[in-house]
Amino acid sequence: MILGTITTSSSVLILAVFLATAVEMVEALTIVVAVGHTRGWRSAFEGVGLALLALTALVGAFGPALLRIPINNLRLIVGSVLLIFGLQWLRKAILRSSGFKAKHDEDAIFAETVAALSQAGRTQRDSLAFVTAFKGVFLEGLEVVITVLTLGSSAHQLVLASWVAVATTLLVTIVGVLVARQLSSVPENAMKMTVGVLLVSYGTFWCGEGLGIHWLGADAALAMLAGTYFVGTWILIVIAKNVRLGVPQ
Amino acid sequence: MKVIAKVAKAFGMFWWNFLVGDTPELFVSVVALLVVTAVFKTGHARVLMVALPLVILASLAASVFRAIRRR
Repeated sequence: MILGTITTSSSVLILAVFLATAVEMVEALTIVVAVGHTRGWRSAFEGVGLALLALTALVGAFGPALLRIPINNLRLIVGSVLLIFGLQWLRKAILRSSGFKAKHDEDAIFAETVAALSQAGRTQRDSLAFVTAFKGVFLEGLEVVITVLTLGSSAHQLVLASWVAVATTLLVTIVGVLVARQLSSVPENAMKMTVGVLLVSYGTFWCGEGLGIHWLGADAALAMLAGTYFVGTWILIVIAKNVRLGVPQ
Repeated sequence: MKVIAKVAKAFGMFWWNFLVGDTPELFVSVVALLVVTAVFKTGHARVLMVALPLVILASLAASVFRAIRRR
């Protein structure tokens, strides 16, 4: 009976930590894969590395005291930055898709970047990719740490909860590596538009949570937000194309 | 001191370019939206859940058409 109770309690803890970690890590992975694929993997990985170091240092230094961090303030700051950044990307993607901006100016940017890199050696870093990857991983990682500390401490099984979180993070990372390879066949502007939609969706979601709004369906609201932004972006592209072709609105 | 000032200036310029850049209208609309949401969140959470993405899309549309007009 006691064994049964312990097993049930552990199973519930494992399931809860697994699901919570998987949701947060998929969110972080989405941002890293999107940023890495469109802006460059090196800076994205540097951002991820620094975020993991910062998280490790935080956990090492403060441990359970991390439960007192005002996570909503952090969500609001990170959410606002992602929202503004995502809107800038979506704007460019709409202008490109509707023909108001050249689709292939990436070739010139690529040539300029290669020239700059060859002049400056291997120390150049894409600040935008670095900061975006860092913030995404740091915020989501902090949420995982807080979840593990909360659930693990209250169930008196902190070590088990920590191992489940580590295993889930590894699993999500492996899936991410597999998915990232498939993304190379997606057209660049479509990819940038998707990234813009995702950043704006996460930005809206986190800003709302940071301001105390409890989204209907919790994390599932992200999918609804992304759907709304995809449809909205598509409508804007159609209108902008018509404007360019001189079709009366 | 010069090094600190240089680093602070570079840090400030990075965030200015990152957040404002050539689309100040997006920065202003997001800040205004957050202020309005913070003021009206109590008792209007359901409305805000629908209104937030729509107002954000409207800001995006305004920015896109501002860019089109300038071309």
